Amino acid sequence: MRRQRSPVFYSLAAFFGLFVLFLYGPMITIFMLSLQGPDGALTFPVRSFGFYWLGQVFQEQRVGNFIEPFQRSLLLGALVMVLSVGCAVMASLAFRRRFKGSILIFYLTISSLIVPSILISLGIGVVFQVLGVQTNWFTSGLGAHLTWALPIAFLIMIGVFNRFNPAYEEAARDLGASGFATFGQIVLPLIAPSVVGVGLLCFTLSYDEFTRTSLISGQYNTLPLEIFGMTTNVTSPALYAVGTLTTLFSFSIILIAFIAYSLYSRRQRQ
Amino acid sequence: MTKLGKAVQSYLLVTPQTLVFLLFLLFPIVMIAVVSFWQFNGYAMVPAFSFENYLNVFQSEVTLKTYLNTFKFVALVWLFTLLIGYPVAYFLSFYVEELRWQVILFLVCTIPFWTSNIIRMISWVPLLGKGGLVNQLLLQLNLIQQPLEFLLYSDFAVVLGMVHLYIIFMIAPIFNSLMRIDRTLITAAEDMGASGLQIFQEVILPLSAPGIAIGSIFVVTLVMGEFVTVRLMGGGQAASVGKLIQTQIGSLQYPLAAANAILLLVVTLMLVVSILRVVDIRKEL
Repeated sequence: MRRQRSPVFYSLAAFFGLFVLFLYGPMITIFMLSLQGPDGALTFPVRSFGFYWLGQVFQEQRVGNFIEPFQRSLLLGALVMVLSVGCAVMASLAFRRRFKGSILIFYLTISSLIVPSILISLGIGVVFQVLGVQTNWFTSGLGAHLTWALPIAFLIMIGVFNRFNPAYEEAARDLGASGFATFGQIVLPLIAPSVVGVGLLCFTLSYDEFTRTSLISGQYNTLPLEIFGMTTNVTSPALYAVGTLTTLFSFSIILIAFIAYSLYSRRQRQ
Repeated sequence: MTKLGKAVQSYLLVTPQTLVFLLFLLFPIVMIAVVSFWQFNGYAMVPAFSFENYLNVFQSEVTLKTYLNTFKFVALVWLFTLLIGYPVAYFLSFYVEELRWQVILFLVCTIPFWTSNIIRMISWVPLLGKGGLVNQLLLQLNLIQQPLEFLLYSDFAVVLGMVHLYIIFMIAPIFNSLMRIDRTLITAAEDMGASGLQIFQEVILPLSAPGIAIGSIFVVTLVMGEFVTVRLMGGGQAASVGKLIQTQIGSLQYPLAAANAILLLVVTLMLVVSILRVVDIRKEL
């Protein structure tokens, strides 16, 4: 049944178009402004075309460093990815059955998403202070990132298992496979595309996280914190160039996640 | 496997995740509550049991003003994310016909959420600044004689920035509940002679209410604790509870910041509970 497209369709489509412009427009402006020659400035018009400012990002900076925080963020992102996916897959496996306290644990997980983020930052900071331990990006920072990435990974994995057919598992078990063998040889290969996708999404969540880490990253900044520091100091398009580069980096991670997911699941269907 | 064995297995599987939340969510919040009764001697916090911090918070005129300002942000951001988010979700779920396109267009809406919030906010500067694109355009069209100052570093900019950052949290749950509506209900309503507007009012809107509620909970809680957007887009003048707490932490007044944080948590929970009282979301979970 294909209905005649009504005026409502066209007005909603136009509204949707404007919304997408609202989402991406600002990003496009800084892309344009970062592709300028040495005479470029922070505002339009674009004075000349060039890659000068993108190159500047990798030079020694007076006001901030880009390379080391980037490396830290990569490492932290990888840690968050592995831990979140590991915990979330295990927990979502358990959640396929009701058990005593499951609702409580579910609410604990959800509350991690909706608690005002400043409480996470302050709370972890206070704990470290009381214990007399230095805050650090790979301890307190890691914990803060997990409170954000893990609940999202968990919710997505719950959705994945909702659509998962338990018949394969039962068959394996009927054939005498142990719990571990069933998981390793049947369940994991089947959910692998989603696991890869979720992992990469957790990585970008950590890579871009700012609010929960802002007060507890310790002496060495992660990349978003370094960029935040730059916003007050840097008055050249180098700031936009950093923004363009990290946004392109995030985009490529999302793209890889998407491609990996679709390739993987296509291979499975064959 | 025995029933007991299964139960043990479930508990073992949820242990790592639960430990993470106990260590980095629950325990820190408990410590905030404890520290909120401690005292500050000018250098460090001292264990005590005093209500001084809370008295400070409740007697300060700044507190009330800051809360009123934060509520203003919450109300405006909630209203705009709903007014913009609902039509977007409605279009995607009812007017885009192929599932493939629904997925692709929904992903288009989601992608910015996975990129840096800081960069997304900085991106507004060349558009809204004094010499920004919007002002340049308006000046050239002779609509204004002087550049508009309220576009950036103002409450307007704060609300705009937050709507931009958080609208996906409204769209996703509404889209989810709209997609679940049984399409035969719409056909039935049509057959009984309901107009398009009636179908929307009597069928679609009530059935998508849980999605609206979940989205509202996300947006309200995110905005209540906001301090980054307020700092970057508000340019010093704008105030919010989150920013107030952050300033107190900056001057190492942890006990006072803790008392403020506990109040913030209580107020936020009250807002969540009142949303849950209006709409029953259990069906969605």
